[in-house]
Amino acid sequence: MTATPTAPQWQQDVFRVLKEGGIRQIAYVPDAGHAHVIRSAIADPDIQDVVLTTEEEGVAVSCGAWLGGQRCAVLMQSSGVGNCVNMFSLLQAADFPFLTLVTMRGEYAEFNPWQGPMGKATQAALELMGIHVLRVTKPEETAEIVSAGLDAAFEAGEKVAILLSQSLIGRKKWERK
Amino acid sequence: MSHIPERQRADRRAFVANLLSQAPDALVVTGLGSAAYDVYAAGDRDLNYYLWGAMGGSTSIGLGLALAQPDKSVVVITGDGEMLMGIGSLGTIAAKQPKNLTIVVQDNGHFGETGMQQSHASLGTDLVAVAKGFGIANAQAIDSVEAGDGVAQSIRARQGTAFVQVFIEANEPPRALPPRDGPFIKNRVRSALGLKPF
Repeated sequence: MTATPTAPQWQQDVFRVLKEGGIRQIAYVPDAGHAHVIRSAIADPDIQDVVLTTEEEGVAVSCGAWLGGQRCAVLMQSSGVGNCVNMFSLLQAADFPFLTLVTMRGEYAEFNPWQGPMGKATQAALELMGIHVLRVTKPEETAEIVSAGLDAAFEAGEKVAILLSQSLIGRKKWERK
Repeated sequence: MSHIPERQRADRRAFVANLLSQAPDALVVTGLGSAAYDVYAAGDRDLNYYLWGAMGGSTSIGLGLALAQPDKSVVVITGDGEMLMGIGSLGTIAAKQPKNLTIVVQDNGHFGETGMQQSHASLGTDLVAVAKGFGIANAQAIDSVEAGDGVAQSIRARQGTAFVQVFIEANEPPRALPPRDGPFIKNRVRSALGLKPF
Protein backbone atom coordinates (compact mmCIF):
# COMPACT_ATOMS: atom_id res chain seq x y z
CA MET A 1 0.00 0.00 0.00
CA THR A 2 2.97 2.36 0.46
CA ALA A 3 3.72 2.55 -3.25
CA THR A 4 0.27 3.33 -4.64
CA PRO A 5 0.68 4.22 -8.31
CA THR A 6 -0.48 7.70 -9.21
CA ALA A 7 -4.07 7.64 -10.36
CA PRO A 8 -4.91 8.88 -13.86
CA GLN A 9 -5.57 12.64 -13.92
CA TRP A 10 -9.20 12.17 -14.94
CA GLN A 11 -9.86 10.07 -11.82
CA GLN A 12 -8.23 12.76 -9.71
CA ASP A 13 -10.47 15.30 -11.43
CA VAL A 14 -13.57 13.29 -10.52
CA PHE A 15 -12.75 13.32 -6.84
CA ARG A 16 -11.77 16.98 -6.83
CA VAL A 17 -15.07 18.00 -8.46
CA LEU A 18 -17.12 15.85 -6.06
CA LYS A 19 -15.27 17.28 -3.08
CA GLU A 20 -15.57 20.87 -4.28
CA GLY A 21 -19.22 20.26 -5.07
CA GLY A 22 -19.96 19.51 -1.44
CA ILE A 23 -20.43 15.74 -1.72
CA ARG A 24 -20.44 14.36 1.83
CA GLN A 25 -21.34 10.73 1.18
CA ILE A 26 -19.90 8.45 -1.48
CA ALA A 27 -21.72 5.13 -1.75
CA TYR A 28 -20.21 2.54 -4.03
CA VAL A 29 -19.86 -0.89 -5.45
CA PRO A 30 -16.21 -0.88 -6.48
CA ASP A 31 -14.75 -0.80 -9.94
CA ALA A 32 -11.18 -0.22 -11.07
CA GLY A 33 -12.26 3.03 -12.74
CA HIS A 34 -13.55 4.32 -9.39
CA ALA A 35 -10.52 3.16 -7.40
CA HIS A 36 -8.99 6.59 -6.83
CA VAL A 37 -12.29 8.19 -5.79
CA ILE A 38 -13.01 5.36 -3.37
CA ARG A 39 -9.52 5.54 -1.85
CA SER A 40 -9.80 9.31 -1.54
CA ALA A 41 -13.26 9.11 0.06
CA ILE A 42 -11.99 6.63 2.63
CA ALA A 43 -9.08 8.93 3.44
CA ASP A 44 -11.20 12.08 3.67
CA PRO A 45 -12.59 12.77 7.16
CA ASP A 46 -15.35 15.00 5.74
CA ILE A 47 -16.73 12.32 3.42
CA GLN A 48 -18.54 9.18 4.50
CA ASP A 49 -17.57 6.22 2.34
CA VAL A 50 -20.32 3.63 2.15
CA VAL A 51 -19.50 0.29 0.56
CA LEU A 52 -22.68 -1.38 -0.72
CA THR A 53 -23.62 -5.00 -1.17
CA THR A 54 -25.71 -4.05 -4.22
CA GLU A 55 -26.14 -0.83 -6.13
CA GLU A 56 -29.80 -0.18 -5.34
CA GLU A 57 -28.82 0.36 -1.72
CA GLY A 58 -26.86 3.35 -2.99
CA VAL A 59 -29.94 4.89 -4.58
CA ALA A 60 -31.70 4.69 -1.21
CA VAL A 61 -28.65 5.89 0.76
CA SER A 62 -28.47 8.90 -1.54
CA CYS A 63 -32.13 9.75 -0.85
CA GLY A 64 -31.60 9.36 2.89
CA ALA A 65 -28.59 11.66 2.72
CA TRP A 66 -30.64 14.31 0.94
CA LEU A 67 -33.47 13.96 3.48
CA GLY A 68 -30.85 14.76 6.10
CA GLY A 69 -29.33 17.65 4.19
CA GLN A 70 -26.27 16.06 2.58
CA ARG A 71 -25.21 15.47 -0.99
CA CYS A 72 -24.31 11.90 -1.94
CA ALA A 73 -22.74 10.48 -5.08
CA VAL A 74 -23.20 6.82 -6.02
CA LEU A 75 -20.47 4.96 -7.88
CA MET A 76 -21.19 1.79 -9.80
CA GLN A 77 -20.31 -0.25 -12.85
CA SER A 78 -22.72 -0.51 -15.77
CA SER A 79 -23.88 -3.95 -14.62
CA GLY A 80 -25.10 -2.31 -11.40
CA VAL A 81 -27.56 -0.08 -13.24
CA GLY A 82 -29.68 -3.15 -13.88
CA ASN A 83 -29.76 -3.90 -10.18
CA CYS A 84 -31.22 -0.45 -9.47
CA VAL A 85 -34.19 -0.26 -11.79
CA ASN A 86 -37.11 -0.44 -9.36
CA MET A 87 -35.25 1.57 -6.71
CA PHE A 88 -35.00 4.39 -9.25
CA SER A 89 -38.77 4.78 -8.65
CA LEU A 90 -37.87 6.42 -5.37
CA LEU A 91 -36.13 9.24 -7.23
CA GLN A 92 -39.19 9.98 -9.34
CA ALA A 93 -41.87 9.32 -6.74
CA ALA A 94 -40.39 11.79 -4.28
CA ASP A 95 -38.40 13.92 -6.75
CA PHE A 96 -35.00 13.43 -5.15
CA PRO A 97 -31.82 14.88 -6.67
CA PHE A 98 -29.51 12.08 -7.75
CA LEU A 99 -25.97 11.76 -9.05
CA THR A 100 -24.37 8.52 -10.11
CA LEU A 101 -21.08 7.86 -11.89
CA VAL A 102 -21.12 4.69 -13.95
CA THR A 103 -18.01 3.02 -15.31
CA MET A 104 -18.89 1.32 -18.58
CA ARG A 105 -18.26 -2.25 -19.61
CA GLY A 106 -19.32 -4.19 -22.66
CA GLU A 107 -18.87 -1.36 -25.14
CA TYR A 108 -15.19 -1.13 -26.15
CA ALA A 109 -12.44 -3.75 -26.37
CA GLU A 110 -14.49 -5.94 -24.04
CA PHE A 111 -13.03 -9.33 -23.23
CA ASN A 112 -15.93 -10.73 -21.19
CA PRO A 113 -19.14 -11.49 -23.08
CA TRP A 114 -21.13 -11.48 -19.85
CA GLN A 115 -20.62 -7.71 -19.64
CA GLY A 116 -22.20 -7.10 -23.03
CA PRO A 117 -25.94 -7.34 -22.44
CA MET A 118 -26.19 -4.94 -19.50
CA GLY A 119 -23.44 -2.65 -20.79
CA LYS A 120 -25.26 -2.12 -24.06
CA ALA A 121 -28.58 -1.55 -22.26
CA THR A 122 -27.21 0.74 -19.56
CA GLN A 123 -28.00 4.12 -21.09
CA ALA A 124 -31.45 3.05 -22.28
CA ALA A 125 -32.28 1.56 -18.86
CA LEU A 126 -31.33 4.79 -17.13
CA GLU A 127 -33.34 6.86 -19.58
CA LEU A 128 -36.35 4.55 -19.29
CA MET A 129 -36.36 5.36 -15.58
CA GLY A 130 -36.22 9.10 -16.19
CA ILE A 131 -32.54 9.65 -15.48
CA HIS A 132 -30.62 12.20 -17.51
CA VAL A 133 -27.48 10.69 -19.04
CA LEU A 134 -24.19 12.50 -19.66
CA ARG A 135 -21.10 10.78 -20.99
CA VAL A 136 -17.37 11.31 -20.61
CA THR A 137 -15.27 9.95 -23.46
CA LYS A 138 -12.08 12.04 -23.24
CA PRO A 139 -9.94 12.50 -20.13
CA GLU A 140 -9.72 16.27 -20.53
CA GLU A 141 -13.51 16.76 -20.46
CA THR A 142 -13.99 14.81 -17.21
CA ALA A 143 -13.97 17.71 -14.77
CA GLU A 144 -16.36 19.82 -16.80
CA ILE A 145 -18.93 17.09 -17.38
CA VAL A 146 -18.87 15.76 -13.81
CA SER A 147 -19.26 19.32 -12.57
CA ALA A 148 -22.16 19.92 -14.97
CA GLY A 149 -23.89 16.77 -13.76
CA LEU A 150 -23.34 17.64 -10.13
CA ASP A 151 -24.84 21.10 -10.60
CA ALA A 152 -27.82 19.72 -12.51
CA ALA A 153 -28.46 17.24 -9.69
CA PHE A 154 -28.06 19.45 -6.66
CA GLU A 155 -28.89 22.90 -8.04
CA ALA A 156 -31.78 21.86 -10.29
CA GLY A 157 -32.87 18.65 -8.56
CA GLU A 158 -32.29 16.48 -11.62
CA LYS A 159 -31.51 12.80 -11.62
CA VAL A 160 -28.21 12.42 -13.43
CA ALA A 161 -26.01 9.53 -14.49
CA ILE A 162 -22.54 10.23 -15.84
CA LEU A 163 -21.26 7.36 -17.93
CA LEU A 164 -17.48 6.99 -17.89
CA SER A 165 -16.70 5.36 -21.23
CA GLN A 166 -14.79 2.12 -21.38
CA SER A 167 -12.39 3.77 -23.85
CA LEU A 168 -11.62 6.35 -21.15
CA ILE A 169 -10.96 3.72 -18.52
CA GLY A 170 -8.77 1.67 -20.81
CA ARG A 171 -8.40 -1.98 -21.56
CA LYS A 172 -8.67 -4.31 -18.61
CA LYS A 173 -5.54 -6.35 -18.04
CA TRP A 174 -6.49 -10.00 -17.79
CA GLU A 175 -3.19 -11.61 -16.90
CA ARG A 176 -2.16 -11.32 -13.30
CA LYS A 177 1.47 -10.49 -12.65
CA MET B 1 -49.65 -20.55 9.58
CA SER B 2 -49.13 -24.03 10.94
CA HIS B 3 -45.36 -23.64 10.55
CA ILE B 4 -45.15 -20.84 13.09
CA PRO B 5 -44.33 -22.08 16.55
CA GLU B 6 -46.65 -20.92 19.28
CA ARG B 7 -45.13 -17.97 21.01
CA GLN B 8 -46.04 -14.70 22.60
CA ARG B 9 -46.53 -11.91 20.08
CA ALA B 10 -47.13 -8.19 20.44
CA ASP B 11 -49.96 -6.20 18.91
CA ARG B 12 -48.27 -4.30 16.09
CA ARG B 13 -50.14 -1.03 16.47
CA ALA B 14 -49.74 -0.93 20.24
CA PHE B 15 -46.03 -1.69 19.94
CA VAL B 16 -45.32 1.14 17.51
CA ALA B 17 -47.51 3.62 19.38
CA ASN B 18 -45.74 2.85 22.65
CA LEU B 19 -42.29 3.02 21.05
CA LEU B 20 -42.77 6.32 19.24
CA SER B 21 -44.46 7.97 22.23
CA GLN B 22 -41.12 7.56 23.99
CA ALA B 23 -38.99 8.75 21.06
CA PRO B 24 -40.70 11.99 20.07
CA ASP B 25 -37.59 13.54 18.51
CA ALA B 26 -36.57 10.54 16.40
CA LEU B 27 -36.53 10.64 12.63
CA VAL B 28 -38.56 7.66 11.41
CA VAL B 29 -38.28 5.91 8.05
CA THR B 30 -40.88 3.23 7.32
CA GLY B 31 -40.96 0.32 4.94
CA LEU B 32 -43.93 0.12 2.60
CA GLY B 33 -47.24 -1.45 3.60
CA SER B 34 -48.24 -2.38 7.11
CA ALA B 35 -45.22 -0.82 8.80
CA ALA B 36 -46.09 2.53 7.24
CA TYR B 37 -49.70 2.15 8.36
CA ASP B 38 -48.60 1.33 11.91
CA VAL B 39 -46.41 4.43 12.12
CA TYR B 40 -49.10 6.66 10.64
CA ALA B 41 -51.74 5.20 12.96
CA ALA B 42 -49.56 6.17 15.91
CA GLY B 43 -49.95 9.79 14.83
CA ASP B 44 -48.61 11.58 11.78
CA ARG B 45 -45.37 13.48 12.42
CA ASP B 46 -43.27 15.83 10.34
CA LEU B 47 -40.25 13.64 11.14
CA ASN B 48 -41.78 10.55 9.48
CA TYR B 49 -40.67 9.43 6.05
CA TYR B 50 -43.12 6.85 4.67
CA LEU B 51 -42.33 4.58 1.75
CA TRP B 52 -45.06 3.45 -0.61
CA GLY B 53 -42.67 1.57 -2.89
CA ALA B 54 -38.90 1.10 -3.31
CA MET B 55 -39.21 -2.21 -1.47
CA GLY B 56 -35.96 -3.10 0.25
CA GLY B 57 -34.88 0.53 0.52
CA SER B 58 -36.00 1.59 4.01
CA THR B 59 -32.85 0.54 5.86
CA SER B 60 -30.54 2.16 3.31
CA ILE B 61 -32.52 5.40 3.45
CA GLY B 62 -32.15 5.19 7.21
CA LEU B 63 -28.40 4.78 6.82
CA GLY B 64 -27.98 7.82 4.57
CA LEU B 65 -30.15 9.86 6.93
CA ALA B 66 -28.32 8.67 10.05
CA LEU B 67 -24.93 9.55 8.54
CA ALA B 68 -26.20 13.00 7.53
CA GLN B 69 -27.78 13.70 10.94
CA PRO B 70 -25.47 12.13 13.53
CA ASP B 71 -26.98 14.14 16.38
CA LYS B 72 -30.51 12.85 15.75
CA SER B 73 -31.89 9.43 16.47
CA VAL B 74 -33.00 7.61 13.33
CA VAL B 75 -35.40 4.68 13.50
CA VAL B 76 -36.34 2.43 10.60
CA ILE B 77 -39.63 0.62 11.15
CA THR B 78 -40.31 -2.05 8.58
CA GLY B 79 -41.68 -5.54 8.13
CA ASP B 80 -39.96 -8.87 7.65
CA GLY B 81 -40.69 -8.97 3.91
CA GLU B 82 -39.24 -5.54 3.20
CA MET B 83 -36.25 -6.27 5.41
CA LEU B 84 -35.56 -9.51 3.55
CA MET B 85 -35.59 -7.77 0.16
CA GLY B 86 -32.88 -5.38 1.33
CA ILE B 87 -31.11 -7.83 3.61
CA GLY B 88 -27.61 -6.99 2.33
CA SER B 89 -28.07 -3.46 3.65
CA LEU B 90 -27.49 -4.89 7.12
CA GLY B 91 -23.91 -5.56 6.05
CA THR B 92 -23.63 -2.05 4.64
CA ILE B 93 -24.96 -0.60 7.90
CA ALA B 94 -22.69 -2.82 10.00
CA ALA B 95 -19.67 -1.56 8.04
CA LYS B 96 -20.55 2.01 9.09
CA GLN B 97 -21.98 1.33 12.59
CA PRO B 98 -23.87 4.61 12.88
CA LYS B 99 -24.50 5.08 16.60
CA ASN B 100 -27.83 6.80 15.99
CA LEU B 101 -29.53 4.13 13.87
CA THR B 102 -32.03 1.58 15.14
CA ILE B 103 -33.77 -0.90 12.87
CA VAL B 104 -37.08 -2.28 14.07
CA VAL B 105 -38.51 -5.20 12.11
CA GLN B 106 -42.15 -5.96 12.75
CA ASP B 107 -42.08 -9.67 12.09
CA ASN B 108 -45.31 -11.56 11.53
CA GLY B 109 -43.58 -14.11 9.33
CA HIS B 110 -45.76 -13.16 6.38
CA PHE B 111 -46.10 -10.85 3.41
CA GLY B 112 -49.09 -8.96 4.76
CA GLU B 113 -49.83 -6.65 1.85
CA THR B 114 -50.21 -9.38 -0.74
CA GLY B 115 -52.42 -11.89 1.01
CA MET B 116 -50.45 -13.21 3.97
CA GLN B 117 -48.15 -15.59 2.15
CA GLN B 118 -45.51 -17.01 4.47
CA SER B 119 -42.13 -15.29 4.37
CA HIS B 120 -38.67 -16.69 5.00
CA ALA B 121 -38.92 -15.33 8.53
CA SER B 122 -41.40 -18.08 9.37
CA LEU B 123 -39.77 -20.67 7.11
CA GLY B 124 -36.43 -20.92 8.83
CA THR B 125 -34.64 -17.56 8.61
CA ASP B 126 -33.57 -16.18 11.97
CA LEU B 127 -33.36 -12.43 11.43
CA VAL B 128 -31.44 -11.75 14.66
CA ALA B 129 -28.82 -14.31 13.68
CA VAL B 130 -28.64 -12.72 10.22
CA ALA B 131 -28.15 -9.24 11.70
CA LYS B 132 -25.48 -10.52 14.07
CA GLY B 133 -23.81 -12.40 11.24
CA PHE B 134 -23.61 -9.20 9.23
CA GLY B 135 -21.91 -7.52 12.18
CA ILE B 136 -24.66 -5.77 14.12
CA ALA B 137 -23.75 -7.04 17.57
CA ASN B 138 -26.67 -5.35 19.34
CA ALA B 139 -29.40 -7.48 17.78
CA GLN B 140 -32.29 -8.89 19.78
CA ALA B 141 -35.79 -10.30 19.45
CA ILE B 142 -38.68 -9.13 21.61
CA ASP B 143 -42.33 -10.09 21.77
CA SER B 144 -44.20 -7.59 23.93
CA VAL B 145 -45.31 -3.98 23.85
CA GLU B 146 -43.54 -3.33 27.15
CA ALA B 147 -40.19 -4.49 25.75
CA GLY B 148 -40.39 -1.46 23.51
CA ASP B 149 -39.58 0.71 26.53
CA GLY B 150 -35.99 -0.49 26.49
CA VAL B 151 -35.77 -0.05 22.73
CA ALA B 152 -36.97 3.55 23.08
CA GLN B 153 -34.34 4.18 25.71
CA SER B 154 -31.62 2.89 23.38
CA ILE B 155 -33.01 4.98 20.49
CA ARG B 156 -32.72 8.11 22.63
CA ALA B 157 -29.23 7.19 23.87
CA ARG B 158 -27.66 6.86 20.37
CA GLN B 159 -24.89 4.62 21.66
CA GLY B 160 -24.69 2.15 18.81
CA THR B 161 -26.42 0.57 15.84
CA ALA B 162 -29.25 -1.65 17.02
CA PHE B 163 -31.43 -4.26 15.36
CA VAL B 164 -34.71 -5.29 16.96
CA GLN B 165 -36.96 -8.06 15.70
CA VAL B 166 -40.43 -7.68 17.14
CA PHE B 167 -42.62 -10.75 16.95
CA ILE B 168 -46.08 -9.42 16.15
CA GLU B 169 -49.41 -11.08 15.56
CA ALA B 170 -50.18 -11.93 11.95
CA ASN B 171 -53.36 -9.90 11.81
CA GLU B 172 -54.42 -6.99 9.67
CA PRO B 173 -55.61 -3.98 11.64
CA PRO B 174 -57.69 -1.39 9.78
CA ARG B 175 -55.66 0.42 7.15
CA ALA B 176 -54.36 3.83 8.13
CA LEU B 177 -52.98 5.38 4.99
CA PRO B 178 -50.18 7.95 5.24
CA PRO B 179 -49.73 10.59 2.53
CA ARG B 180 -48.60 9.12 -0.80
CA ASP B 181 -47.25 12.44 -2.06
CA GLY B 182 -43.50 11.73 -2.09
CA PRO B 183 -42.27 15.31 -2.58
CA PHE B 184 -44.56 16.49 0.24
CA ILE B 185 -43.27 14.03 2.83
CA LYS B 186 -39.67 14.55 1.69
CA ASN B 187 -39.89 18.32 1.97
CA ARG B 188 -41.79 18.08 5.25
CA VAL B 189 -38.93 16.07 6.82
CA ARG B 190 -36.33 18.48 5.44
CA SER B 191 -38.26 21.49 6.63
CA ALA B 192 -38.59 19.99 10.13
CA LEU B 193 -34.79 19.68 10.13
CA GLY B 194 -34.44 23.33 9.18
CA LEU B 195 -33.22 22.52 5.66
CA LYS B 196 -34.07 24.93 2.88
CA PRO B 197 -35.21 24.08 -0.65
CA PHE B 198 -32.42 24.16 -3.22
